[in-house]
Amino acid sequence: MLKSTLDFILGHYAYWFTFILLVIGLYGMMMKKNLVQKLIGMTIFQVSVIIFYIAGASKWGGTVPVIEESLLHAAHVQLPDPAHYINPLPHTLMLTAIVVGVATTGVAFALVISIYKRYKTLNEDALLKKMREDKNDDLTD
Amino acid sequence: MMTLLIDNSPVLIPLIFLATALLIPVVAAKRKTLAWPLAFWATIAVVAVSIFNVRRVICDGPVHYRLGNWAPPIGIEYVLDHLSAFVILVINSVALLVLLHAKKVVARELPHKRVPYYAAVILMLCGFNGIVITGDLFNLYVFLEISALSLYGLIAAGEKQSPVAAFRYLIMGTIAASFYLLGVGFLYMETGSLNMADVKAILPTVIDQPAILVALVLMVLGMGIKMALFPMHGWLPDAYTYAPTTSSAIIAPTGTKVGAYVMLRVMFFVFGVNFVSKTLPLTQIISWLSAIAIIYGSVLAIAQKEMKRMLAYSSVAQIGYIGLGIGLANPMALIGALFHVLNHAFMKACLFLVAGNFRYKLGHSNVSRLTDAVRKKMPWTMAAFTVAALSMVGLPPLSGFFSKLFLILGAYENSAWYFIVIIFISSLLNAVYFFRILEKVYMRPRIPVPGQEEETDVKRDEVSASMLLPTLILAAGLIIFGILNAFIVKGIINFMIPAGM
Repeated sequence: MLKSTLDFILGHYAYWFTFILLVIGLYGMMMKKNLVQKLIGMTIFQVSVIIFYIAGASKWGGTVPVIEESLLHAAHVQLPDPAHYINPLPHTLMLTAIVVGVATTGVAFALVISIYKRYKTLNEDALLKKMREDKNDDLTD
Repeated sequence: MMTLLIDNSPVLIPLIFLATALLIPVVAAKRKTLAWPLAFWATIAVVAVSIFNVRRVICDGPVHYRLGNWAPPIGIEYVLDHLSAFVILVINSVALLVLLHAKKVVARELPHKRVPYYAAVILMLCGFNGIVITGDLFNLYVFLEISALSLYGLIAAGEKQSPVAAFRYLIMGTIAASFYLLGVGFLYMETGSLNMADVKAILPTVIDQPAILVALVLMVLGMGIKMALFPMHGWLPDAYTYAPTTSSAIIAPTGTKVGAYVMLRVMFFVFGVNFVSKTLPLTQIISWLSAIAIIYGSVLAIAQKEMKRMLAYSSVAQIGYIGLGIGLANPMALIGALFHVLNHAFMKACLFLVAGNFRYKLGHSNVSRLTDAVRKKMPWTMAAFTVAALSMVGLPPLSGFFSKLFLILGAYENSAWYFIVIIFISSLLNAVYFFRILEKVYMRPRIPVPGQEEETDVKRDEVSASMLLPTLILAAGLIIFGILNAFIVKGIINFMIPAGM
């Protein structure tokens, strides 16, 4: 019983780390007051999803799924068993996800710069306070 | 040439938008005035293609388009069935009308940002249409992020507070998209496919795996944030309020609907009705959250002084109707939800355009400062507002009544009387916050303010035709859809009911 539980934990250790990263990212996004710290949380969060896909595709003793034409006819070369090929699709998908992540971070930093120019602060509490003051000004005029 | 266009009609929709979005910054770099015509004519072209597609689907049945002629599940497939063709037509026709309205508003509100603004609008529409038309789960994620990234920019172009609202939306939107992606990851690991139809075919063999449940929950959670389902609506009110007029008028009718569409697609067309409603109490949770959203949104809408913020909270409530229809998971309720997608798109676009007209002519859209002068100043705008408001409340000849009617029939079918009560209460609450304005403008006798000379004759000062026309067309649409409701439901919505419901 204990052994099987231990096996389960050790066998999925990549997923445990991904899960921990995910929670760290969520915590950063939700709990941190500074907007840049929130962004760092967001990046960690996105990276954890990427690692999740990569971990899902990996296998022990796996190899690249490439067939070299010249090797096919060479008698002394042992071709890898197709079952050992690592599925390349998750990696390709994650290339797209990385690009999306970079674009998101770029837009987010543009917003942060724009916020800082207008309010001279990046602390969420101070921002909300200043925004509320703006709103009161709107109502009194 | 013609057959080439006809064969490729599904892919034309995102393609025209994508090409235009790239073209606008190049062509309009020197002459900024070119940005609007490009965006407008591209949208007209897409609306024409969408109408053709709806006709094609009704006549010939669903179209499966292979992108680059790669057969699914390896290639990406675009699926044009009744549901996607209908949602695409709704999104694009509302967008076209808002763009017509946008010309003058954007020229005044954002004179120096015109070119990137229109490029972002078109890119966002490309994303929305792509989400709806694609039959591939990962492709959907990419389109989701395309639309979301342009959305953040469109919101941040507004008032002083708008970047903060956009930043909050960015954080929530990224969480939503990542949850969706994580769900797709679980699904892919169990089924080995990303094509929706293929996943649906493989799912019964792995249905006992807990990972499937996790995938479903993550994807529904992600889309719940995107469609602003209570309690995940936190980003919506600020984003809609501080965004420029055109942004809120184009995002409010389309953005959340797309989230609802994906939720519907994933739940009923990928996982299947049986799995979703039997294995987990998921549909019940969604219908209860929606019921809370309906009441909560309506109550908070009453408390708002700013018209745009009021409409934003009312959106939270209206999304609740769509969520309720999805959650009840029976044909009648689903018809109600899908009909409400159409109605709410037209109602909210109309109301946001009215708020835009007020801002354009009066300089504010503050409910407490509206007086009876408005009815003389802007009679047509007020008429459009009245029609849309009555439709929101749900008076019979208008289309808003019929979506509520179908929802009530759906709740009756599930013998869920409490939801019927909630729909009635929310109609009353809607009446409170809309009649508040109507009473101010139409009914209240003028009280002479001492020390202030009375304005005896208020000049008519209506907005120009290019702004008035879309507002009136949207309002007229509500009357037409109300009268033709049986025709629309029988002609197209009936075919959208997923198998096994």
